[in-house]
Amino acid sequence: MSISIRGLSKAFDGHPVLHDVSLEIPEGELVALLGPSGCGKTTLLRIVAGLEVADAGEVHHDGEDFSSRSARERNVGVVFQHYALFRHMTVAENVAFPLKVRRRPRAEIGPRVDELLSLVQLDGLRGRYPHQLSGGQRQRVALARALATRPRILLLDEPFGALDARVRQELRRWLRRLHDDLHVTSVFVTHDQEEAFEVSDRVVLMNAGRIEQVGTPAQVFEEPASPFVMRFLGAVNVFQGHLEGDRAYVNDLVFAAPGAGQARSAHVYVRPHELEIHRAAVKGSFAARVLRLVPLGAAVRVELSAPGFGNAVEVELDVRKSEALALSPGDAVHVSPRRVRVFPAHEAAAQDSLTASGL
Amino acid sequence: MIGAFDPVTAARAPATAAASEPPAAPAAAAAPSVRVRRPATPRRPTEDPPVVEWALIGLALAFLGAFILVPASVVVHEALKDGLALWKEAIVDPDAIAAIELTLLVAAISVPLNALFGIAAAWSITRFRYRGKGVLVSLIDLPFGVSPVISGMMAVLLFGAHGWLGPWLLDHGIKIVFAVPGIVLATVFVTFPFVARELIPFMEAQGVEEEEAAHVLGASGWQILAKVTLPNVKWSLLYAIILCNARAMGEFGAVSVVSGHIRGVTNTLPLHVEILYNEYAFRASFAVASLLFVLALVTLVAKKALEWRQRRAIREAARRGAPAGA
Repeated sequence: MSISIRGLSKAFDGHPVLHDVSLEIPEGELVALLGPSGCGKTTLLRIVAGLEVADAGEVHHDGEDFSSRSARERNVGVVFQHYALFRHMTVAENVAFPLKVRRRPRAEIGPRVDELLSLVQLDGLRGRYPHQLSGGQRQRVALARALATRPRILLLDEPFGALDARVRQELRRWLRRLHDDLHVTSVFVTHDQEEAFEVSDRVVLMNAGRIEQVGTPAQVFEEPASPFVMRFLGAVNVFQGHLEGDRAYVNDLVFAAPGAGQARSAHVYVRPHELEIHRAAVKGSFAARVLRLVPLGAAVRVELSAPGFGNAVEVELDVRKSEALALSPGDAVHVSPRRVRVFPAHEAAAQDSLTASGL
Repeated sequence: MIGAFDPVTAARAPATAAASEPPAAPAAAAAPSVRVRRPATPRRPTEDPPVVEWALIGLALAFLGAFILVPASVVVHEALKDGLALWKEAIVDPDAIAAIELTLLVAAISVPLNALFGIAAAWSITRFRYRGKGVLVSLIDLPFGVSPVISGMMAVLLFGAHGWLGPWLLDHGIKIVFAVPGIVLATVFVTFPFVARELIPFMEAQGVEEEEAAHVLGASGWQILAKVTLPNVKWSLLYAIILCNARAMGEFGAVSVVSGHIRGVTNTLPLHVEILYNEYAFRASFAVASLLFVLALVTLVAKKALEWRQRRAIREAARRGAPAGA
């Protein structure tokens, strides 16, 4: 079932949480709502679920306006952040709950519960209580319960948030496979970029109650639509520059800046792995001094000082390249950007304090 | 007695460890064995010296003894000193039986009423956002802050012959003050905070996630209440009901004002005790009082058992990582 969100706004006690949010989610897609905490992503999910009422705007499921329907009429599967399993019911009773309250015949409930429990691989634990299960098991019970009435939309709020790293990895892959089997339109909320990229078909980046960008993981990473997206998806170096026509200048370096408009000053963003280090000056490079080398396994992070370039610059080299350069702290080197993104600096004052890792 | 175990073991423990330590064992191995032999509750830096500890424990015990244990045993002693037969005679006296029946009746009406009210109030306060919630919570506390006598007076001023509603009630032949309805009203007023007060923090700590889940899964409001909320709060609710019941049966002040002290008709157990005492019928008075004492004991034991259960439930909830409000 497709979801269409049109012009949603929501405020809590006069404090706006969502501003005029619109989003289309086609049938069968797995979408991640990604953003820092407090960006409104959970509120958006709760409005789609019917647990929160929007101040303005509409939610359509398959072209039909669901805005005024209560959560129980929507038949949407929801997996809550802390699973919200009924603590006084066994695993099987939890999974049977939605079928029982909808008064399905007993002959149907039993087989359906068996089917769901084997889907989430918990056949052997049907008599356990939630407090006797591990985090990953609870998560799967919550999922089985949410799927019991065959909803055509599945919503997950930080589904992996409360799990430890290894279980999280496994469950991510498992969820992706499950989605590929069931093809239920799914939306999940996360603040973890890696999680969003690994699991979803498309990523919706949210910031301060607005959608910043919608696209495949590769799209949003390679072609960030805004400085926020650039900064949110990994470390980045920011250089202050000024604009003249469709060119941006940072000291004596020149970069192409098409469509910069009327803005006078610009921020030039470079990812650490898109900077090269040279022993000698080359065209388009600037001078810097090595401060520190941080080994990161397959890569090495080089921290440099470069006056005029925000002082602190971070470069990520792969180990072989760094060995070839044989860098050590104090070395004078030259750094050249391979790829930059230029954004007009509208809120110059607010972003001045940004440094390489200053997020 | 339990406290005495602590310092003695603490003093002896290192010596024992040193003695049993094989001479060749390296120091590193000896250190943990010393730690293992320490008593279960280790001395913390904030703990006071034993003298202070014992002085405080002694003081608390002396206070308990003087103000609770001695009076309680006097009641039991006075009630039984002339033998069980006389005790029984005082209990089976028609007026005493009437008082027992009335007390049970009043509790049987007011406790369920307050349980219903308490659940409704706790649900409304913890599950909805609205203005004036703070005022409502304070109002629930009001009976705790007002002297019970004043609570009784309010009923008289409202429903008495010269009260606001008195003339109307008289015209319609409804008798409230100096009758059973008045006693029930006064008791309900005095005991209504118990259930709400107990449930509100408990339900707040549990959060709304399970109820939201039930709602999304298709449960109606009543189904949520019956299948999710009530099972989750049942021990808390029972605990509150026990306290509420104890207070309802033992209430004196408010009931005393509205009852009119009509023997065999509007006398509850506490009032009956007072009347007997004022008539110098000490033995009978203490015999009836001992019934209330038994009620207190039963309440105490039930309360303790429930507290134990509830602590376990809370521990489980904590292990589950119950959200505060995500």
